[in-house]
Amino acid sequence: MNLKVEQGETVAIVGENGAGKTTLVKHVTGLLKPTSGVVRVKGVETTKASTAQLSRSVGVAFQNPDHQLFSESVYEEIAFALRNFGFSPQLVEKRVTWGLELFGLEEYRESSPLVLSGGEKKRLTLACILAWDPDVVILDEPTVGQDAIQKERLAGTIKLLGAAGKTVVVVSHDIEFLWPIQPRVVVMKSGRIVADGPASTLMLQKDVLEGARVSQPELVTFYQELSRRPEAPFVDPSEAERWLK
Amino acid sequence: MAEIVRAENYSFRYSESKKWAVKNFDLSVRSGEIIVLAGPSGCGKSTLLRSVNGLIPHMYAGQTEGSMSVDGHVVADTPMSVLAQEVGLLFQNPENQIFMFSVERDVAFGLENLGVPRGEMRERVDRAMRLMGVTELAGRAPHELSDGQKQRVALAGVVAMNPKLIILDEPTSLLDPKTALELVNQLERLRRENGTTLVVVEHRLDLLVTVADRIVVMNEGTKALDGAPRDVLFGDLAGGYGISVPAITRVQKLLARDGKISADRLLSAREMAGLLGGAGPR
Repeated sequence: MNLKVEQGETVAIVGENGAGKTTLVKHVTGLLKPTSGVVRVKGVETTKASTAQLSRSVGVAFQNPDHQLFSESVYEEIAFALRNFGFSPQLVEKRVTWGLELFGLEEYRESSPLVLSGGEKKRLTLACILAWDPDVVILDEPTVGQDAIQKERLAGTIKLLGAAGKTVVVVSHDIEFLWPIQPRVVVMKSGRIVADGPASTLMLQKDVLEGARVSQPELVTFYQELSRRPEAPFVDPSEAERWLK
Repeated sequence: MAEIVRAENYSFRYSESKKWAVKNFDLSVRSGEIIVLAGPSGCGKSTLLRSVNGLIPHMYAGQTEGSMSVDGHVVADTPMSVLAQEVGLLFQNPENQIFMFSVERDVAFGLENLGVPRGEMRERVDRAMRLMGVTELAGRAPHELSDGQKQRVALAGVVAMNPKLIILDEPTSLLDPKTALELVNQLERLRRENGTTLVVVEHRLDLLVTVADRIVVMNEGTKALDGAPRDVLFGDLAGGYGISVPAITRVQKLLARDGKISADRLLSAREMAGLLGGAGPR
């Protein structure tokens, strides 16, 4: 596999179950090292850096939040990495409060992470990594257990991170969630990249997507089925309405 | 149709919590229905499911008010061993419920524990594997299977117990879109051929609206909406309760408002494009 992600890009990795998406992102965090070839993060070869060193610039929210929650309270959970990275107590307080607010977790500040629902745990892991402001943010299936309001907030956060120059890699099966974000899309199948390009053009290639068991966003299907249509597919339902009017 | 679940003014509060997780909840589920349970995270969906399969009050400590019954059994007065044969549960992640060395043994696990006679066990295992389309995987090791296959094997293990009701907690959330759609079709088949009642917690409504009879929306422990998918999704309240109204349904709603397209039933992207002068259904 050859893949290059520029700083500030938002990249979605999609593909069938078992295609190698999670394995790929584990190489970026240094949790897995390549058998052959090289993986570099910000120019540093992952085989020459410890996972701890890499984690300062790469934050990852795993698919299963239970794999990364262990503190006694939600507050302590977010503060954990910040303290490890040597943030001042004032900054820890400020960043934790910011994270709790961003993901709607203020009311659980003193609660044990164990009492949170699946969706809330998932949001807590996102708050934990965004709190220390890593340059590369990896989100593995971030929408699992999230309702529509939370998904919309999450999409907004991803766009905001992109605008702030952060590199965001999202592994997701949730095509309807990814479509309005309009990321660069990397399609994987059997450990290889079978397509790579902007969502606006790649999502039109039905055959390529179906070969990797990925479906098209509904708005793209709708756009393609119309006999007379605008130049680019609708990103939002209201765009479709305006054009049809 | 006979009623299989009945909740009357049902409330539950976990012993460590001040807040009621489910409050004054009324619900009637008829045999053979497919019901989608939706609502914002933390609204009480998991608590409700636990109250139906008996984990609450038998395994979780807390305060209960009102009543919950399944197929005529009052859940609080019925042992878990009896409820386990009435209500099957499929977790989000099949890894949490598959652990034997072969698919066949895994599907048979529950029956072995109940001491079901060998001949009957063979029949029930074969039927469950056939219904879930995993017969050809019988001799395979579960850990070698794809996620979609694992999910179907886990479901076959539940089906083999022949429960009247199966509750499923976000069964498609870890599956790729095509595999997720295949699972939804299997669920429809299970209802059609076996008459099984299904209660599915799901955020990806686009997959389920075509097969569901009703969507029940919870909010802060109470029932906020309960109706046919079309009524719930076209209503003005759905978005407010964190319901993912599919993008194409939002387009249909916008156009229906101006009378440009029918609002009688939910239309697919293809059907709607056809009505607007496109290629139409194929």
